[in-house]
Amino acid sequence: MLAVSNINLKKGDHQIISDVSFEVADGEVFGILGANGAGKSSLAYALMGCPDYQPDHGAITFDGIDVSGKSMDERARLGITLAWQEPARFEGIDVAGFITLGCGWHGPDAGAKTGSVPGADQYLEAMRLAPEEYRRREVDRTLSGGERKKIELASVLAMRPRLAILDEPDSGIDMISRDAIINMIDTIRGYGGSVILITHEEEVILSADRAALMCSGLAFKVGEPREIVDYYRRICRPCPGKIYPSAEDIAAGKSKKESTSSAPVEDSP
Amino acid sequence: MKAHARDYELMLEAYSGVSGDPTVFANDDIAHLVVHENMVLGAHLVPGLEVEPVETPSGIDITLRVLPGVKIKKPVHLCFGVLPESGEQNINIAAEVGSDAGVSLLAHCVFPNSVSVRHNMQAKIIIADNGFYGYDEVHFHGERAGATVIPRAKITLGEGASLRTGFQLTSGRVGELDIDYEVEAGPGSVTEMIARVFGYGSDKISIREKCVLAGERARGIIKSRVAVKGRATSEVFSEMSAVGARSRGHVDCIEIVQEEGTARAVPVVDVFDSTAKVTHEAAIGSVDRKQLETLMARGLNQEQAVDLIIRGMLSPA
Repeated sequence: MLAVSNINLKKGDHQIISDVSFEVADGEVFGILGANGAGKSSLAYALMGCPDYQPDHGAITFDGIDVSGKSMDERARLGITLAWQEPARFEGIDVAGFITLGCGWHGPDAGAKTGSVPGADQYLEAMRLAPEEYRRREVDRTLSGGERKKIELASVLAMRPRLAILDEPDSGIDMISRDAIINMIDTIRGYGGSVILITHEEEVILSADRAALMCSGLAFKVGEPREIVDYYRRICRPCPGKIYPSAEDIAAGKSKKESTSSAPVEDSP
Repeated sequence: MKAHARDYELMLEAYSGVSGDPTVFANDDIAHLVVHENMVLGAHLVPGLEVEPVETPSGIDITLRVLPGVKIKKPVHLCFGVLPESGEQNINIAAEVGSDAGVSLLAHCVFPNSVSVRHNMQAKIIIADNGFYGYDEVHFHGERAGATVIPRAKITLGEGASLRTGFQLTSGRVGELDIDYEVEAGPGSVTEMIARVFGYGSDKISIREKCVLAGERARGIIKSRVAVKGRATSEVFSEMSAVGARSRGHVDCIEIVQEEGTARAVPVVDVFDSTAKVTHEAAIGSVDRKQLETLMARGLNQEQAVDLIIRGMLSPA
């Protein structure tokens, strides 16, 4: 479904994403784990086509179509969407209208006029929000961060995306509602859609089918979620900061810390 | 008389065109006043509400009184209009809301054919202790040159009184708008002033709203939402002065600028008592990037997304 090949992103002198490649299959949940500042959100924005995050090298292919040059809305109409880590707020747009904004592109509501599809309630319920309490409220600052986040996820679910990029969907959400996120991911997987699940929570990444570990713009290890989490716990957690393996070190099977201290390599990425 | 009847019909037609419900003018439970140029075409009162309209050579003087203790249940509908392409309408309002009384007015100002219409409003409003006065004004100017609209109001709130004003000019050309409202808020009173305007072409928008929180624990908010495109200009002066102890005020201005439009926001906040507090926030510029990208990630193209964001911002709560 999605193939990311050697994408690079630079902002000013700062390399944000370095030569990242991975693939996501139909119906697959692909996790991306990494500490704050690893480049996870930038990667999400690049995949979605945000104008300030256009890769300066590499290709992004979706269902065999090179979407690298396509705008955000063109990608969305192909079935890609993104749930922001910190969602925007909108004055004068009610929750029901917001949730159903993207309903017209895919699934049973395809062809319906944007924003006109009734039935936001089921998506509110899916995110454990009482429809009667929320459907007519504005998507503005009267909502808490957690409420806003759940409404963002409900709008993604309502869109019935073929690929949902979820940027830290669990942050700022109460523990009880985490089940709702897992259910949401299962729903998307259930109809053959795929999910890129970005998080820095080790437990959350375990719900993925495969996962990548990111550090300072590099997706340097891809594998089974358990394996990625184990590596993260042993190697990344003790790491004091943005010390990451260089491309040469990765090729040589070393972490940066290990390579600078010339310590023997215990774990090969 | 026939001409009046025809004007009345045309006014109601124009009123419908700005989402007004003309059946309210046939409802005995709802007070109303319909004024075309300087002629009163229709009026109806309800118990406890006194309205005395006096026609003048260029408009109308209105004395409005809500008797103490009377709360007018349904909004009073006002319709002011000038139907020809040019004309002048001067509306002078002297309103008095008695203690423990309350009234909401919904004013529709319709100038659908205006090329050079001038609409001046001078209002002096006194709200006695624990009284409530709501004034929502919705304008419709047609798509030609707009109109010159100059609303002025001086409003005084007694102890525990409440004021809510809403000004909306988001349909048709603005032309030239020059709002100047000034409020003196008594102890424990609550003031809320909101203006929403969309200007384009060569429209000129000036909004000046001032609230003096004179009494102890008085609270006030001044909120402005303006969008300009084409070569339209906007200036928003919001002034909040906290004089009374433990008074609280907030100024909130958002102006969205597109194409060659220009905008200025001048928030002035003064605090004269160490227990009082006033906050302000202003955002001027293009459409918020995150809002835009969120909508585009749902499949709306840029034009649709910008339109939705602006319509949302300008829509009444």
